[in-house]
Amino acid sequence: MAYSEQEILSGLAEIVNEIVGVPTSDVQTDKSFTDDLDVDSLSMVEVAMAAQDKFGVTIPDEEIKNLKTVGDAVSFIAKNS
Amino acid sequence: MSAPIKPGSGSAYARVLGFGGYRPARVVTNEEICQNIDSSDEWIQARSGIVTRRWANAEETVRAMSVAAAGKALANAGVRADQVGAVVVSTVSHLYQTPAIATVIAEDLGAKGAAAFDISAACAGFCYGVGLADGMVRTGSADYVVVIGVERLSDLTDPHDRSTAFIFADGAGAAVVGPSDEPGIGPVVWGSDGTQAGLITQEESWHQAFYSDGGAQWPHLRMEGNPVFRWAVWEMARVAQQALDAAGVSTADLDAFIPHQANMRITDAMVKALKLPEHVRVARDIAQQGNTSAASVPLAIERMQETGEVKSGETALIIGFGAGLAYAAQVIKLP
Repeated sequence: MAYSEQEILSGLAEIVNEIVGVPTSDVQTDKSFTDDLDVDSLSMVEVAMAAQDKFGVTIPDEEIKNLKTVGDAVSFIAKNS
Repeated sequence: MSAPIKPGSGSAYARVLGFGGYRPARVVTNEEICQNIDSSDEWIQARSGIVTRRWANAEETVRAMSVAAAGKALANAGVRADQVGAVVVSTVSHLYQTPAIATVIAEDLGAKGAAAFDISAACAGFCYGVGLADGMVRTGSADYVVVIGVERLSDLTDPHDRSTAFIFADGAGAAVVGPSDEPGIGPVVWGSDGTQAGLITQEESWHQAFYSDGGAQWPHLRMEGNPVFRWAVWEMARVAQQALDAAGVSTADLDAFIPHQANMRITDAMVKALKLPEHVRVARDIAQQGNTSAASVPLAIERMQETGEVKSGETALIIGFGAGLAYAAQVIKLP
């Protein structure tokens, strides 16, 4: 099933809020996971696994490294879900 | 002529009768670790939950730590050394290829003539050993079995490797497994995935290290943190659930969850993935002890017993997982 980019963004915001506790409103496409949202590489694996459950998309470890911003993750999920 | 073979017969059930541990005297702080790596106490605690770890000195050998832990376990179990039929030692840091360190540990303990052997299952080793001991007691191969998990991982740690220098630690933990009137050890759920053997590994063989260009280089442990994290949390939560199902125990009935103390972040994420109810006490010995591989589960249990977090007769889920990638989990009754 295809999700709109807005649906993916709001779903990701809930996931990031659940895992690291930042407000959902802070999770915007231009934000860097590491620098702006306090999502370190282990939390990023948690985000990837939660995204897998929510959007049915597998995000391999080698791909996680390329997802620097929330926008990168939204695009990847949009292309692959 | 087809001569019949009489099968062995042991106790209908087995259980752990006592635990014991040995923690090296020297406490190593994150500040000390950061003398060799570009990191900070804050980062190490955020990344792993580790505040301090213990490193063994020259006298705290694999043998000495094992004998101390197993002696305590025998005393706690109320079992004499001469009743012990087998000594099983799990370690990856006994640096002699042969003989098995279990043989001299058995002798030191006073378990004269006991069957004695080492197993190599890394961080899963203690739970592998409990699985083996359960079978030995129930088939009559041994009345009482001493299972020891022991490591001096500081000998194999690269102090300059920013991703592992703060994790690994030293110590020994032991259990005495013996006969029981009721089931005390659930079915072991275990396995391995050799396709991922490279994720946690000694970087080269002793032979390669000895004959390397430019002189002998000490081989260290290497680990790829993120893929290990993914496997340890989500795959191992599935294995933990299978062990609960195999024992017929629900999370509502569980009193304690004692996973291998690999990283606090792994423990926290496993608790979430397993949806453990709040009443389940969770082992968090890693904060003070670091990751002691095969020794971590019995050391964590010993701490929970000493602090009164768990009581005799309670039901605990134990799981070990690590290099191999090898894993084992079972439900046990605590002594």
